[in-house]
Amino acid sequence: MRIRVNGRTLEVEAPTLERLIEELGFGEQTIATAVNQAFVRGKDRGETLLCEDDSVEIVTPRQGG
Amino acid sequence: MSKPDDLVVYDARLSSRFLLGTARYPSPAILAEAIRAGGVEIVTVSLRREAGGSRAGESFWRLIRELGVRVLPNTAGCRTAKEAVATAQMARELFGTSWIKLEVIGEEDTLQPDVFGLVEAARILCDDGFSVFPYTTEDLVVAERLLDVGCRVLMPWAAPIGSGRGINNLFGLRALRAHFPGTPLIVDAGLGAPSQAAAVMELGFDAALLNTAVARARDPVVMARAFALAIEAGRAAHLSGLMEPRDMAAPSTPVLGRAFDDGCEA
Repeated sequence: MRIRVNGRTLEVEAPTLERLIEELGFGEQTIATAVNQAFVRGKDRGETLLCEDDSVEIVTPRQGG
Repeated sequence: MSKPDDLVVYDARLSSRFLLGTARYPSPAILAEAIRAGGVEIVTVSLRREAGGSRAGESFWRLIRELGVRVLPNTAGCRTAKEAVATAQMARELFGTSWIKLEVIGEEDTLQPDVFGLVEAARILCDDGFSVFPYTTEDLVVAERLLDVGCRVLMPWAAPIGSGRGINNLFGLRALRAHFPGTPLIVDAGLGAPSQAAAVMELGFDAALLNTAVARARDPVVMARAFALAIEAGRAAHLSGLMEPRDMAAPSTPVLGRAFDDGCEA
């Protein structure tokens, strides 16, 4: 399945957002997620099914003004 | 017992009126030292894309947590209300706070807020339980709308973000302060020198948020201290009552009894 993750197009096997995060190596990192510009809570990632051409955002804390 | 001049914003009572951004410092250690030197109690943070396994965000977040300061996440870079709302929701989960510095940028050259998107996003986020700190202009009508939708703090700019120009529209900021005497007003952007921070505090603004002017100083730690002193001085001056400017001179030394006077007072 082809999806966009943080602006890059990737071929992935993961059927859910949770599996995608594992597949990409985020492990236990502190992250937050959105799919198609809609926030997805951490506890909902396991039930969030991914579809072809979905756009996923995975973000972490960063310096800001 | 809390000090009588504490700043109260949403659920927080703060003794410092100096908010500091965490971006663009030479190193994490200098950032930490600047926060300490300025006596800062609130720092702004952001969230950004990261590749799996990078862990750059983890180390930054650990540093901030160890400093024991409150974090005010921002939605910097968002161009629409939808982006800003989703970013705020991600920030709430990431940082564990319902505080959000809401930015919806409408114009590239000035990074001027898109005030229409700002009010729309503020309404959604206030309804969702966020404590919204909206980055706005000095526009009185926009300010009124932001308060109407549930904001309890406003963050007007002094000048465009990162410009260091100081107060661009003195009349506008004075009018804003006068129209909303009971609302905490935190000047957010465009301050480049401690004297400019003192000036906004003298006008009666409640606090000032700095980033670039501190982070890009030759010595950010000393500059943080300089801004802290200026903000404290400006606040004290505002509370103690500034004199009204006059067009003509008024002698400060009493004239009565001056030697060589033609009069005959003893």
